[in-house]
Amino acid sequence: MKKIIALAALAIVFTAQSASAQTTLKAVKDRGSLNCGSNGTLAGFGLPDAQGKWTGLDVDYCKALAAAVLGDPNKVKFVPLSAKDRFTALQSGEVDVLARNTTWTSSRDTSLGLNFVGVDYYDGQGFMVRKALKVNSALELNGASVCVQQGTTTELNLSDFFRAHNMQVKTVTFATANEAVKAYDAGRCDAYTTDASGLYAERLRLANADEHIVLPEVISKEPLGPAVRHGDDQWFDIAKWTLFALINAEELGMTQKNVDEMLKSANPDVKRFVGTEGNYGEQLGLAKDWAVQIVKAVGNYGEVFDRNVGATSPLKIDRGLNKLWNKGGIVYAPPVR
Amino acid sequence: MSTDLPAGLPPVRVAFYNDPKVRSIAYQVALCVAVGFLIYEAASNAITNLERAHIASGFGFWHNTAGFDISQTLIEYSAQASTYGRAFWVGLLNTLLVAGLGVVFATILGFIIGIARLSKNWLVSKAATGYVETIRNIPLLLQLLFWYNAVLKTLPEMRDSYKIPGGIVLNNRGLFLPNPILGPGFYWVVIAFVAGIAASIVFYIWARKRQEQTGQQAPVFTTAFGLIIGLSILVLIAAGFPLSFGFPQAGRFNISGGMEVLPEFAALLFGLSIYTAAFIAEVVRAGILAVSRGQTEAAYSLGMRPQPTLRLIVVPQAMRVIIPPLTSQYLNLTKNSSLAVAIGYPDLVQVFTGTVLNQTGQAVEVVAITMAVYLTISLATSLLMNIYNSRIALVER
Repeated sequence: MKKIIALAALAIVFTAQSASAQTTLKAVKDRGSLNCGSNGTLAGFGLPDAQGKWTGLDVDYCKALAAAVLGDPNKVKFVPLSAKDRFTALQSGEVDVLARNTTWTSSRDTSLGLNFVGVDYYDGQGFMVRKALKVNSALELNGASVCVQQGTTTELNLSDFFRAHNMQVKTVTFATANEAVKAYDAGRCDAYTTDASGLYAERLRLANADEHIVLPEVISKEPLGPAVRHGDDQWFDIAKWTLFALINAEELGMTQKNVDEMLKSANPDVKRFVGTEGNYGEQLGLAKDWAVQIVKAVGNYGEVFDRNVGATSPLKIDRGLNKLWNKGGIVYAPPVR
Repeated sequence: MSTDLPAGLPPVRVAFYNDPKVRSIAYQVALCVAVGFLIYEAASNAITNLERAHIASGFGFWHNTAGFDISQTLIEYSAQASTYGRAFWVGLLNTLLVAGLGVVFATILGFIIGIARLSKNWLVSKAATGYVETIRNIPLLLQLLFWYNAVLKTLPEMRDSYKIPGGIVLNNRGLFLPNPILGPGFYWVVIAFVAGIAASIVFYIWARKRQEQTGQQAPVFTTAFGLIIGLSILVLIAAGFPLSFGFPQAGRFNISGGMEVLPEFAALLFGLSIYTAAFIAEVVRAGILAVSRGQTEAAYSLGMRPQPTLRLIVVPQAMRVIIPPLTSQYLNLTKNSSLAVAIGYPDLVQVFTGTVLNQTGQAVEVVAITMAVYLTISLATSLLMNIYNSRIALVER
């Protein structure tokens, strides 16, 4: 981990200007594959299985991006990153896009040299405790030890929450989520805190998932989304519209199954989206059927959500805020036109 | 150069570029220019790259509020009031604490094992060999994880804490000791303690002189013990016992009050000391074997027993061989303490190149500062050891 940071710092120091002046789109096309920084240890968002096959919400986003740019969702090289190494890896060009359940905040957007593409999951921070503690609310945690992963907004929210409620907390910080959960499981801490989605995912990986509960309080806003490097607007646009395409596909009722029929649709919205009308793909610097490639590869946003974290996944997280804007949630995308 | 030439001939004129003196200066200047150019290029390149990528740079973050908690702080620190700069000092002190104690424990353990390996007792020497060969051949990171889990898994939960008489509590949250609370008259005790040390030094010098002149030995250790500890206790009683203890209290989740030794700290200290002791043991063994056998035999023939022989004849001579490699073991231990990051001990790397780097995103500055700090610590250690080394080095006449 230290090595990665040191190497990345070196890369920033020594990378010649000319080499990085090349656009990301061209670099990805020349390379023939997309480098995607992902989690690697978080079920539902980014996790390789025993065969090395990656699955998750963030993973599907990268596959969608590869489908849009290269026409093949499998041309992605996933790079597992810890929370503290992730920004350096993106800054130094080790990955083309960072899709690693990353919270969009003002300081990250402005001072880290990143641009957040949008929000692919509206989350909030919560706590997990042992049932045996008989704690029903996070407000009862005064004086508790809390295990937390380093280099996250979680670490700061935790301090803020206890400070705001005049409570004491003993923070035990670990470099990776794995180590933090292990220490919590070994009894080092009373509670483990991270984004609620992460809590559900980690809970399933504990030896006795039933002995742990997630407390009802959500103590922060955690809009999670992919990010790209600052300064390459074309790539930024492509990354943005890949996410919007996923959301628009759901709104248009387009799924992985019916995408071919939709090509014959007379609906002008659909025609623009699939590229049978206008040249919206070319405007992005992509093929005409870029959006079709995305939906063929991973389906629409609803399908991606359900498959990885929602109803048909082991996590069974309620869509809540992550429903479309016209279904009671806040997920909304600008139109293709 | 000109010695082979017959006398009387004028000295051979050498072109200035063939003059070894001019050449060596030219090479050095060229090297300095090259290194300087490389540093300049790297720095200016970094600045343009950072600017182009819109990554914040500079050291302004040093004074920004940190906003995160740290589990072990030797100086006052709070998430809301302290800065990243303060967090740096907290991390640095934590590194120095574990490295300092680690050096002490590793040295003691290493000397014992190194000497044990040379013991005539078969069991003792084989046990020491086993220790060295096992410990130094397993990666340190694995050992740290082992110790951390060994500490966490074997200790009881809060509710079933071990209670040791004297107000000590032990559980998987740490070891809790009563902390001394000093009363107003306590400075008298401190004065007595310092006076005791001074008196002991004077006594030691006197006793040594007397032994050199008359051969009579004086009980230095007992006297010093009495002067330092006994005097302090007497003054403590005379001043009306201005000392009380804060005892650890069990709360709902945790123990509060008293002094706290975190399991992460204990595991790291254990791991580092035990690992480095294996290397120090080998250094000590090599040093002792380097002292010629005749020295020991000469001491025995003068009627000295094995223990004083070792202490007065062999070890002082062995130290000359031991010190240089021992220094590098100390440096290794200090640098290895950065593996703390794996087990959640808040050392410099964990706090500063971990959380601070990530919250500020200023990798170049943070990594540069951290490298400078480790370099400074290492150079300071080397310097001290070199001074000691030159003091004990063989004085050649």
